[in-house]
Formats: sequence, structure tokens, C-alpha cells
Amino acid sequence: MIVCDIFNYHMSIDLKTIKHISKLSRISVDEKKAEKLAGDLNSIFEFIEKLNELKTDNVQPLTSVAETTLKLRDDQVKSKNLREQIIKNSPQENEDYFVVPKVIE
Amino acid sequence: MLDITKQSLSELIKNIKNKKLSSTEVTKAFVERSEKSKELNAYVTEDFSAAIDKAKKFDENPNLDLKLPGIPMAVKDLFCTKNVKTTAGSKILNNFIPTYESTVTQNIWNEGAILLGKLNCDEFAMGSSNETSFFGCVQNPIDKDLVPGGSSGGSSSAVAAQLTPITIGTDTGGSIRQPASFTGIVGLKPTYGSCSRYGIVAFASSLDQAGPMAQNVRDCALLHEVISSYDEKDSTSIDFKRNNYVRELTNNIKGKKIGIPKEYRVDAMPKEIEDLWKKGIDYVKDCGAEIIDISLPHTNYALPTYYIVAPAEASSNLARYDGVKYGFRADGENLIDMYEKTRSEGFGAEVQRRIMIGTYVLSSGYYDAYYLKAQKVRKLIKNDFDEAYKKVDAILTPSTPSSAFKIGEKTNDPVSMYLNDIFTVPVNLAGLPGISIPAGHDAKGYPLGLQIIGKAFDEQNILNIAYAMEEKINFKNKITDWWIK
Repeated sequence: MIVCDIFNYHMSIDLKTIKHISKLSRISVDEKKAEKLAGDLNSIFEFIEKLNELKTDNVQPLTSVAETTLKLRDDQVKSKNLREQIIKNSPQENEDYFVVPKVIE
Repeated sequence: MLDITKQSLSELIKNIKNKKLSSTEVTKAFVERSEKSKELNAYVTEDFSAAIDKAKKFDENPNLDLKLPGIPMAVKDLFCTKNVKTTAGSKILNNFIPTYESTVTQNIWNEGAILLGKLNCDEFAMGSSNETSFFGCVQNPIDKDLVPGGSSGGSSSAVAAQLTPITIGTDTGGSIRQPASFTGIVGLKPTYGSCSRYGIVAFASSLDQAGPMAQNVRDCALLHEVISSYDEKDSTSIDFKRNNYVRELTNNIKGKKIGIPKEYRVDAMPKEIEDLWKKGIDYVKDCGAEIIDISLPHTNYALPTYYIVAPAEASSNLARYDGVKYGFRADGENLIDMYEKTRSEGFGAEVQRRIMIGTYVLSSGYYDAYYLKAQKVRKLIKNDFDEAYKKVDAILTPSTPSSAFKIGEKTNDPVSMYLNDIFTVPVNLAGLPGISIPAGHDAKGYPLGLQIIGKAFDEQNILNIAYAMEEKINFKNKITDWWIK
């Protein structure tokens, strides 16, 4: 794990971290790709670290630019009988089900 | 009468309404020119014969009261079109045929327009040059081997090259305004919540907006009027009274207060862009507007903020591409192996990079340091604009820090590519409308754009300022048809 001081860290993303993120992202990476990604991500994060110049302790995070409350609507079914449409683009299906590699032994 | 494809959208509509042209004649003309222009690689999917059939059908019983009567139009391949392949520029969606239509494209067809085809774009709209597309880069009609900008690069190229009278793109950090600037056309990014996101392949949901790309401001106003609507299928769509943007279009901007933000004078900005900006200031002064110096102190933090917020949202949005429900699937030994191979083979390098950044900044132990921090800085950026708009009605800036660059010039340096969006990204972070208009050429003869940023929901005002400036600038795009043999 990388230990970092929140206001002043010069961190670097190592291959172990890349492997960890790749697992979380469900994207397989080989050694060569991992090295390239580590280089790219380090230069991007170096650029991102600029944010640490700003003190933001008393700032409320912005979660939505619109600043309106979401509209409520009646809980009604508006589209039905979509089974065929939903399954239409699947890479493999069988009798109205998506087919995936075997998950239970 | 001018060649059909040389006419603006407004001229074409007038000629169709006066029965000087039929929809079939117009559609055939754009199809023919598009077929001669394959070298630009602007299209991912052509739907030409269906378009001509639809035009013939329109002519049998033309409804001339519609806003886009029988007008052919190609759209960015990020909009889901029912029964027409929609790829988002990605291998992972290369076989995806939507069973539904996006709201903004539906609004366009409801007004009588006809789909010509789907236009190339950076993969999942992640890019500033159209070079991340699975379907290859697009040529800028201004010059060979020049990028058309991105991510709406097929769209900008197609409008500038007159393969379509007008189009729509999407803009998450500058993807309408930057390519418009690179190709000498007009591009509007509307206020967040103005146009529905339903049926648009999602990139970063708190930033994405669809908008028009056109040859002139009037055409741009007309298409904006058509696509902007409240939609209950998008929970962030906002129900406000929309203007009749064309009818209310005026070049009278006397007394308008226009802000000039000092922080946009960035280091290493070419002198010709500085000069263009000064010229823009003179133009609006000539129109009777008042110039006011303003400060947007957190401008320099916008790009780092964007490169946390956008990838974070993207990593979450793109989790759906798992090879199960739709799209490309790679074979795997088990379910996890299938997921990992599908995503590794199905996504291109830039998309993978951004998913990884997003996953990292949202991961346990880093969320506060990165994602929460970025949301706080985003608030400061929005506050800057709120403060400025107490003093001014709109803000004038350059659209980009440079003119179009060569294909391949920036592909090995992601950060230098990201810097292209320095003037456009703050607008998305604050959810504001921004328009880029062509304003001049650099020494190489490449177009340069100026951006007008408005208050939220004040599209009419920036359209009016753009309209007044357009008249003064009298820009002529220098396009030689070099790609037509």
C-alpha cells in the first residue's frame, strides 16, 4: 500500500498497484501493458496533484450542478413486454436467458 | 441557386418550403458528396439508401410546417438510433443495434429530418482528436493529416466538409466546442439539463450534454430549439420554459456586459490566439457591449478536477460492458476470465486508462483524497462563475489554446492532449452553456475559435452575442475539397 501525507504527497503508482486496479476494473493487463499504464498514470497523477495546493476543509462538495431536487413521479409501469428487445443484442442467449460461462461446479 | 451542399441549413429549409428543392434532391446531393468523401473517414455507418427512401416518402406528402422538413442529417455515433448500429467508436459496441431511440434524435426526426448515417468519434467520447476511435482517425477537411478535434471529430469534419447540412455532437469537457473551433464551424454546448441524455451512450453523467454543430449561428439556434426539451426519461432533465431561439435571435447586444477572465491568459498561448481574443473584444465593443475585467481564480484547477471526476464517472458507467448483455464478448475459461478478456480486448488504450484512473480515485483509501477533493474544487470553480455573473452577462474567451494539430502529434503524451481542453472544461464542471464560433485563421491558415460562456439556461443571450459577432467577423472557411479525386 502507498502511504501518503494528504497535503504533500509525491506518490508513484507501482506495478503492484496497477495489478490491483486492473483486478478491480476487470481488465486484464500483461507485464508490458502494466508498465505502460504505470508510466501514463504517474504523469496524469502528477498533474492531478496540483489540487493539493488548495485548502478545501470548509468547502461543501458539489454533487450536482443543477441544484434542484429530483422530480417525483407515479410508480407506474410504462414499458412492458421488452424481453425480446432486451435479449436481442446479447452475445449468447438460450430460451430468454443470457448465457455465461459455467459458474457452479 | 448555389450548389445544394453549399447551402446552409436555413437556405435549404427555405428552398424546400418554397418547393424549389425536394427532400429527395437535397438528400441525394449530400449522399453523393458523402460517397465521394470516404477518405475523410467521417462516417462509421452509412444509411444512405434508407435516407433516400425516407426522402421520397417525405416528398409524396410533405409536411412543410415542420422545423426540419425533409432535411438529411448525420449524427454522432454516440446517439442510440433504433435499428441502426451504434458503436460509440468502440470495438466493444461494434455489433450493437439499439432497439430504442435517443430523445434528442427522436426530437430531430419528429421535426421532419432524415438520418443519413452515424459519424465517427473518439471511443466513448474520450479524446480530443478523434484518434482513439476503433474505426480510425478522421481527416480535418481544412488540411490533410490534421485532426478534426474530438471527441465529435466525425461531426465537425462532416459539417465543415458539407457532407451533412448540420449535426449534433456531445460535449463532456469540450467535445463540441474544440472540434468546432478546429474546423471553422459553430458548436454549442447547452446548459446541463437542457437536452435529454436518454439514449446517449454515457461517459461522465454529471458533465455530458448533447448540442448542435452548424455552419452558422442561426442554424445552430434552430437545431438547439429542436433538441432542447424536458424529458422524464432523464432524471437530470430540467423542466424550464425554453425560448423560441430562432425567432428571438437578435444582433442587438447593446449594453450587454461581457467579462474577460484574466486567468485565461495562459502561459505559452500563441500570440495569434491572444490577438484573436483582442479582436473579439473589439467586435463586441463595436456592437455596443461593455467589456469588464473579471477573475475566475480557480481556472487552473479545472483540468485536474475534470481528470478525477470524468474518469470516476466513466469507470462506473462503463462497468456495464461485461460481454453478457450486449456488445463484444471474448472467450474465457470462467466468468471472471471472460469479463477481464472482454474488457481488455474490447476497450482501446485511452478508455482503459480512464477506467483505471477512475477506479483508482474511487477505491478504498483514496476516495477522500481524490474524488471528494475534486468535488470540493468543482464547487469552488462553480462559485467563481456565480461571482462573475453578478457583474457580467456573459464571458468571452478563446475556444482552444492552439489551432488543430497533426494526426499523431500528441498521442504519446496524454497530459498534453488533455491540455487542449483547458478553456472548455470549466464550463462543463459548472454546468453552463458555451458556444464556439469561428473567428479567424492562424499563420498556417487553420481556423481559430472564440468561446462565449453564458449563465445557466441563458443560451439565447450567448446565441445573440455569437450572432452579432459573426456578422462583424465575416469568417470564410478555407476548404479546397483536396480529398475529392
